[in-house]
Amino acid sequence: MKKIPYGRLGEKMKVGLFIPCFMNELYPKSCVATLKLLKNLDLDVDYPLEQTCCGQPMANSGCSKDMKALAINFVETFKKYDYIVAPTGSCVTMVKDHYEPFFDEDDKDYNKVKASIYEVCEFLHDVIKVEKLDVSFPHKVGVHNSCHGHRSLGLGSPSELNVPPLNKLKNLLGLIKDIEIVDLKRDDECCGFGGTFCVTEEAISVAMGKDRIKDHIEAQAEVMTGADMSCLMHMEGIINRDGKPLKVMHITEILAGEV
Amino acid sequence: MSIKHPENAAKFVANDERMHWHDKALWFVREKRDKASKSIPEWEQLREYADQIKTHTMSNLDTYLLEFEENATKRGITVHWAKDAQEHNEIVHKLLSANKVTKLVKSKSMLTEECHLNPYLESRGIQVVDTDLGERIVQLRDEPPSHIVLPAIHLKKSDVSDTFHEHLGTQKGNDDPTYLTRAARASLREDFLTAQAGLTGVNFAIAETGGVVVCTNEGNADMGASVPPLHIASMGIEKIIPRLEDLSVFTRLLARSATGQPITSYTSHFHGPIEGGQMHIVIVDNKRTPFLQSESYKKALNCIRCGACMNTCPIYRRSGGHSYEYVIPGPIGSTLSTFRAPKKHKTLSFACTLCGSCTNVCPVKIDLDSQLYTHRQDLREKNIISNQKRLGMQAAVWLMTKPALFNFVGKVARKIVPKLPKGMIYNKFNVWGKQRDLPNMPEKSFKDLYKEGLKDD
Repeated sequence: MKKIPYGRLGEKMKVGLFIPCFMNELYPKSCVATLKLLKNLDLDVDYPLEQTCCGQPMANSGCSKDMKALAINFVETFKKYDYIVAPTGSCVTMVKDHYEPFFDEDDKDYNKVKASIYEVCEFLHDVIKVEKLDVSFPHKVGVHNSCHGHRSLGLGSPSELNVPPLNKLKNLLGLIKDIEIVDLKRDDECCGFGGTFCVTEEAISVAMGKDRIKDHIEAQAEVMTGADMSCLMHMEGIINRDGKPLKVMHITEILAGEV
Repeated sequence: MSIKHPENAAKFVANDERMHWHDKALWFVREKRDKASKSIPEWEQLREYADQIKTHTMSNLDTYLLEFEENATKRGITVHWAKDAQEHNEIVHKLLSANKVTKLVKSKSMLTEECHLNPYLESRGIQVVDTDLGERIVQLRDEPPSHIVLPAIHLKKSDVSDTFHEHLGTQKGNDDPTYLTRAARASLREDFLTAQAGLTGVNFAIAETGGVVVCTNEGNADMGASVPPLHIASMGIEKIIPRLEDLSVFTRLLARSATGQPITSYTSHFHGPIEGGQMHIVIVDNKRTPFLQSESYKKALNCIRCGACMNTCPIYRRSGGHSYEYVIPGPIGSTLSTFRAPKKHKTLSFACTLCGSCTNVCPVKIDLDSQLYTHRQDLREKNIISNQKRLGMQAAVWLMTKPALFNFVGKVARKIVPKLPKGMIYNKFNVWGKQRDLPNMPEKSFKDLYKEGLKDD
């Protein structure tokens, strides 16, 4: 594996791990996998304990003004790191795209945070440029491209655009031995989670989730993976209720070999 | 009264078979659009041009509209200005009365839907016949269109067969598309020949030439504009483009985005009345100018009405156009309606997961998902979102600014929830749990594990 470029004065790059609030509470396994994945790269990873929530649920509900304190807390907590890495596309999008109203245009701390925050796959793919992963995963895997990661962060090329094909998640999974990535009929269709949408528009949300699951099952995927636990949590809830033969795993668990 | 998208959507979703049929029909169109757009290497550049032309035009709208009026007048076209729907309808009615028109053939125009022209004229004794096939079907059923390009996409062949049997006397149960289309054509041919006036919409009005362009697949606009002696064209102020050469950018984008065709079957230019006839153009504002002053929403006015955002929208595909209860449904309709009447349409900016697909398909690059996000913030500012939501979010922020308390609450929940009887977790207050299981509660949070790991080190 390629070693990380060293930071100032020959020190290791300092990486601040940002874990979404609900993942911390409900999906510690995926969080541990993320930490392990980063530590295996010989990075100086730190998980600051003062972190809570990025404010996305509030902002997407229209209450962005109410969550200014969370944005300020986020920037205060993470400004000291060279990179901020998170196992979630949508929370990273929140920080990158929707924090602007809370800070001055030339606010050094926010501009630094905005420029140095990465979704973990994006970080591995673009910053570290991982070329090898010493992991085997002998299963058929379907990749759920979450909308925020896929379209806002550019983790892959959206099917709507006339641009060269790219999928950072699939590129990383492709480094894994024995894995088979299945082709879905609708490669980047939304799963219907959408924050509070999953509750305020329950009927459509579940219908969308069911369609997404069906696409995976018809493609004979054994495992559904993705870079946003919120989408996966929504679909896992439906899979468990309906007793469908599909396992859900956050992509970091597969990449870290945490099976 | 405000409209309720979630309830309307739930009703549409409840008929699983029909909902999936609707979803597939629109996805088919979206896939056709993908193939067509990817067949042009410069597609993304074209979108960029279209965005720039439209944005430039909107910031110089007064100049271009006046240039258009001057050039159209020179061509013998009479130009009228209407500040709202009422004025538009009055102008059209006046023209029809002056020419003793008792029957009007209309080609599809979303603007006349917006102005509710049909009921206005009908209540004044004028028969109005919509001549676009889809539009004719919904007119016979006394329904609004459910899509701006495919107005009857919510209906199946069998629905059309029943409608035609009732209104046009076709054989009961015969749902052969060719048979039904021929029946509609025969009936419409009669209308074209007997109407004394034709009304068309306008896809593009060219300032430089003073003419208008109408794009159709059935040629019905040409029949309506060329057979009767009186042609009225109704257009919103935003339909203007500066020069004839700009048109090529839009015609290449429009049909491919709308239906996946390289070009519409008929791209008809109307640059004056037919011999011995009259041509009138009504230019309508109807609440469009406030968009020009709005930094957040002005790009919505750039829309060329291709409907691509509807075809790609996973919510629209599964909830149907009528669930939006606005003349223009889907993402573009949600932003237009919420800007015009926020209270009435407050659920529409939330009928969206912010997936962003609409913004990517939009041929003129309207930032639709950003607009819907901004609408939500504006609704909160105006105190239009529910108190329950506002207070809930404020409470969540309060908790999240206290990491120690948040950790404690999480710990307690992880301890208690697994021990609760099912009935206490899955009840009518738990909307999440209606059709989904809750995640399994782990014993420890990541933070707990991390702290333990620190001790181990």
